[in-house]
Amino acid sequence: MQNIDAINSEIIERPAVNYLNNGYSLKSWLLTRDHKRIAMLYLASVSFFFMLGGIFAGLIRLELLTPQSDLLESASYNKVFTAHGVIMVFLFLIPAIPATLGNFLIPLMIGAKDLAFPRINLLSWYLYMSGAAVAAYALLQGGVDTGWTFYAPYSTTFSNGYVVATGLGAFIIGFSSILTGLNFIVTVHTMRAPGMTWFRLPLFVWAHYATSLIMILGTPVVAITILLLALERLAKVGIFDPAIGGDPILFQHLFWFYSHPAVYIMILPSMGVISELIANFSRKRIFGYEFVAFSSIAIAVIGFIVWGHHLFVSGQSIYAGLVFSFLTMVVAIPSAVKTFNWTATLYKGSISWDTPMLYALGFLGLFLVGGLTGLFLGTAGLDIHLSDTYFIVAHFHYIMVGGTVMGYLGGIHFWWSKMTGREYSEFWGKVSAMVVFIGFNLLFFPQFILGYMGMPRRYASYPEELQVLNIFSTAGASVLGVGFIMPVFYLVHSLFFGKKAADNPWLLPGLEWRTASPPITENFESTPIVTWEAYEFGEESGLHTEEARRTTLAPTA
Amino acid sequence: MIMQQNSWIPLFPEQASSFASEVDYLYFFILAVTLFFGIGCAVVIFFFAVKYREKEKFGRGADIHGSMVLEVTWTIIPFVISMIIFIFGAVVFYNLYRPPADTMDIYVVGKQWMWKFQHGTGQREINELHVPAGRRIKLVMTTEDVIHDVYIPAFRTKADVVPGRYSTLWFEATKPGKYHLYCAEYCGLNHSGMRGSVIVMPQNEFDNWLSGNTSGQTPVEAGRDLFENKLGCASCHAGGANQRGAKLEGLFGTDVKLVGGQTVKATDEYIRNSIINPGAQVVEGYQPIMPTFKGQVTEEQLVSLVAYIKSLGGNGSANMTSTAAPTAPAATGSPTTGGTTPANTAANRQGSNPNAPKNQPEPANSNR
Repeated sequence: MQNIDAINSEIIERPAVNYLNNGYSLKSWLLTRDHKRIAMLYLASVSFFFMLGGIFAGLIRLELLTPQSDLLESASYNKVFTAHGVIMVFLFLIPAIPATLGNFLIPLMIGAKDLAFPRINLLSWYLYMSGAAVAAYALLQGGVDTGWTFYAPYSTTFSNGYVVATGLGAFIIGFSSILTGLNFIVTVHTMRAPGMTWFRLPLFVWAHYATSLIMILGTPVVAITILLLALERLAKVGIFDPAIGGDPILFQHLFWFYSHPAVYIMILPSMGVISELIANFSRKRIFGYEFVAFSSIAIAVIGFIVWGHHLFVSGQSIYAGLVFSFLTMVVAIPSAVKTFNWTATLYKGSISWDTPMLYALGFLGLFLVGGLTGLFLGTAGLDIHLSDTYFIVAHFHYIMVGGTVMGYLGGIHFWWSKMTGREYSEFWGKVSAMVVFIGFNLLFFPQFILGYMGMPRRYASYPEELQVLNIFSTAGASVLGVGFIMPVFYLVHSLFFGKKAADNPWLLPGLEWRTASPPITENFESTPIVTWEAYEFGEESGLHTEEARRTTLAPTA
Repeated sequence: MIMQQNSWIPLFPEQASSFASEVDYLYFFILAVTLFFGIGCAVVIFFFAVKYREKEKFGRGADIHGSMVLEVTWTIIPFVISMIIFIFGAVVFYNLYRPPADTMDIYVVGKQWMWKFQHGTGQREINELHVPAGRRIKLVMTTEDVIHDVYIPAFRTKADVVPGRYSTLWFEATKPGKYHLYCAEYCGLNHSGMRGSVIVMPQNEFDNWLSGNTSGQTPVEAGRDLFENKLGCASCHAGGANQRGAKLEGLFGTDVKLVGGQTVKATDEYIRNSIINPGAQVVEGYQPIMPTFKGQVTEEQLVSLVAYIKSLGGNGSANMTSTAAPTAPAATGSPTTGGTTPANTAANRQGSNPNAPKNQPEPANSNR
C-alpha cells in the first residue's frame, strides 16, 4: 500500500495543507470561520446529543418492557420522555443535516470559497451550544415533565419542572437555526460559481434552500410562542390558561404553526441527501430533476398550512379540521412525486451497493412506511381513533429516524472521505446499515399495531394485554442501539487508522468531488467553471479522460 | 383489569360502538390502498436495485432525463386517490363529531388524575362509566385543571377535554362489556393512571343498575339549590318584570342580543362564561352589575347550574347542545329530552344529599 501511495504522490501534485491540518490549536477550531471546520464542530456536538437522546430513548423502552411503572416511576418517566423529545428535536433533528452536511457541502457544491457570512456561521454554532447548555442546565436541575410539546395550561400553570429554562434553550437554538437558513439562502443566491445555474444545482442544495425558507419564516413563530409561555408562567399574564383569561387551543395553533413545518426542516435535507445518493450511486442523471427540485419548494410552502391536523381532536371547529385534512392530503403529493422519481432513477442505472446506497435504499423502505401511514393520520375520521396513540409515535419515528437519521448516516458515510480524507471499513459500514434497518423495523413496526389497539402515548404503565408487542419493540430498540453505536467505533477508528481516501473515490461529477480530500481551506485551487448539468456522467462531465480518472481516484498524499 | 378480547382478528381492538365498524372500514380501505402502492413501490425498487446492479466499476447508467407523461401520471393518480380517502375520512369525521339531537347526556369533569361522571338522574361515578347499549349517549365534558382527553378505543372515538369550555363526545355503544377508558392527552404526573372503564349494559340491566344506586340530586336539582339558596342567583334573576338580571326562562338555545349590537347563541358554554366572566357578554338592556363567580363555583357546580338554566326552557332547535336531563322537571318541555327514564329512579331521588354518595371509593391514585 505504501508503494502505491508513494507512486501517486509522485505523480500528482497534492496540496500539503488542507483545512484540517492548517492548525491544531483549540483556538484554530473555536474561532474558525471556515464552513468546513464549523461543520465538523456541529458534527461532533450534534452526534453527541443524538447519543444522549438515544440513552433517554433506551430508558423509555426499558421502562415499557413491563406493564407496570417499575424501572422508572411516573415522575421520572415523564421527565425522561420529555428529555428524549427536546434533545432529539431541538438539538439533533433540526440542525443535524443542515448544520453539518449542509454547512460543509453547500459552498463546495456550488463552487464557493465559503458561506456568505462566515462569522454569522460561527455565531450560529455558539448560539446552538449556548441553547444546548441552557437546556442541559434545566435537565441537570431536575428536568421538565411537559413533553417536548409544552402544552398549556399544564406547562404554564401546573408543571413544576424547569419549563422556562428549557424553553429558553429552545429559544436560543432557534436563532442558530434562523442564522443558518439566512446564510444558506444568501450563499445560494450570490455565490454560485460561473456556469452553476439554478437548474445545475445539486438537489441537495435545492432541498436546503427550501429548508432555509422554513427556518427563516417558521422559527420566529416558535420563539414568540415560547416568550408568551414564559410571560404567562412568570408574570401570570393570561394568554393560554383559561383560568386567567387565556385560550389553551391558541397555544396549540402557535406551537404547531412552527412545529409542523419543523418536521419538514428535518426531512427535506434528508431528501436532498437521498437524491444525491440515488443519482450518484445509480450513475445517471436523476429522473425528473425539475420535479424533484420543485417538490422541495412545494413541501416547504404547503407545509405551512397543514398545522391544524395536529388539532383534529383538540376541539377546533370541525370545518377547520376538514380543511386541514384536505391540505394534508395535498402536501403528501410532492413527497410521493419524489419517491416515484427516485424509483425511476434506479431504472437502467449502474447501481453500486456501497454503504451510503444501502442507507439510501433503507431510507426508501422506511420513508414509504412513514409517508403512507401519514395518510391514515391525515384522514380526519381515522385520526380521531389514532391521535395520541402509539400509531402516531410509530409514524413520526418512521419519518424522523427512518427518514432523517437514515439520510444523516447515509450522508456522513458518503462524504466521510471528503470531510476527513480517510476511508472507513466498508464491511462494517454495510453491517451497520443492515442492523439499523432491521432493528428499526423491529422497534417501531409493532407500535403501529399497539396504536390501533389503543395504547396511548406518554404512558408509563399500560394494560397487560399490550405487553407482548412492547417486548418486541424493546428488543428492536436494543438491536437499533447496536446499529447506531457501530459507526461511532469504525468512523472514529478510521480517523486514525483509516486508509487515506482518494479525492473522488466513486468518480462522480459533483463539484465537491473535484477538489482534494480533505479540501483546502479555500475549497478550490481556482474557482471552477461549470459546463455540465447536475449528475452528468457523460462525456460533458470531463470524468472519462484517462487523466481525470487517475487524478480523481488517487489518494491524497 | 381484564377486558373483553374476543375480536376475530388477533391484536385488534373490540368493536363496541355504532361507528367502530365504520372507522375500521376506513382503516382497512386505506390499508389496502397503501399496501398496494407501498409494496408495489418496494418491489420495483428492490427489483431495479438487483437487476441494474453495476456490471463494472464506474459504469454509466442510461441517459434518461425524465418523462412529462410519467410525472403528470404519478402526480394525478395519488392526488385522486388521496381525495377519495379524504372524502371517506371527512364523512366519518363529520359523523363522529356531530352529535345527533336525541342523546342522553352524561356530564364529565376531568381532573388530575381521575374522571368524574354524573348521570342526568344524579348518579355519580368515578373512573367507571355505566351506559346502556343501543342508546345515543353524549358526554358533555370539561376539566378543572389541564387538558385531558376521553379515549375509548373500542368505540374508536376520543376528544380533548379542555379547561374553560365544554367539549362533547357522542357514541352509541352496541355490545355489552367492559372497555378501556383512557386519558389520551398528557396531563402530568399520573397521566397513565388516569384510566378507567366504560361498562356497557343492556337497557334493562342499566335500569336496574340505576335503581340499585343511591342517586344524589340530579344536576337540575343541584343547580336549582345553588341558584335559589347557595349562590343567591335568584335575587336578581328571578322576580318578575323588574328583576335586575337577565331573564333566564326560555333562554336556552335562543339568540341573545348583547350590548354593542352583537348576537350570540345561548349555549352551554355561553351560560358557563356568563357566570365566570359576566362582564364579557352583557345582555342588551341590562347593566353590567353581576359580580364574577370565578373561584366560587366548581366545574361540577357549573354543570349543575347550566343544567338548571336549561331546564327553564328554551329553544329546542338548538339540537347540538340542548338536552335536558332525563328526569328534569316537567318544566323543560324540551323535545330533546333523552328517551326512556326508568320510573323507579324518581323514588330513588328522595333522600337527596348535596354531596351525593359516590359509587366507588376514590382510587388510590387520586391523591392530588
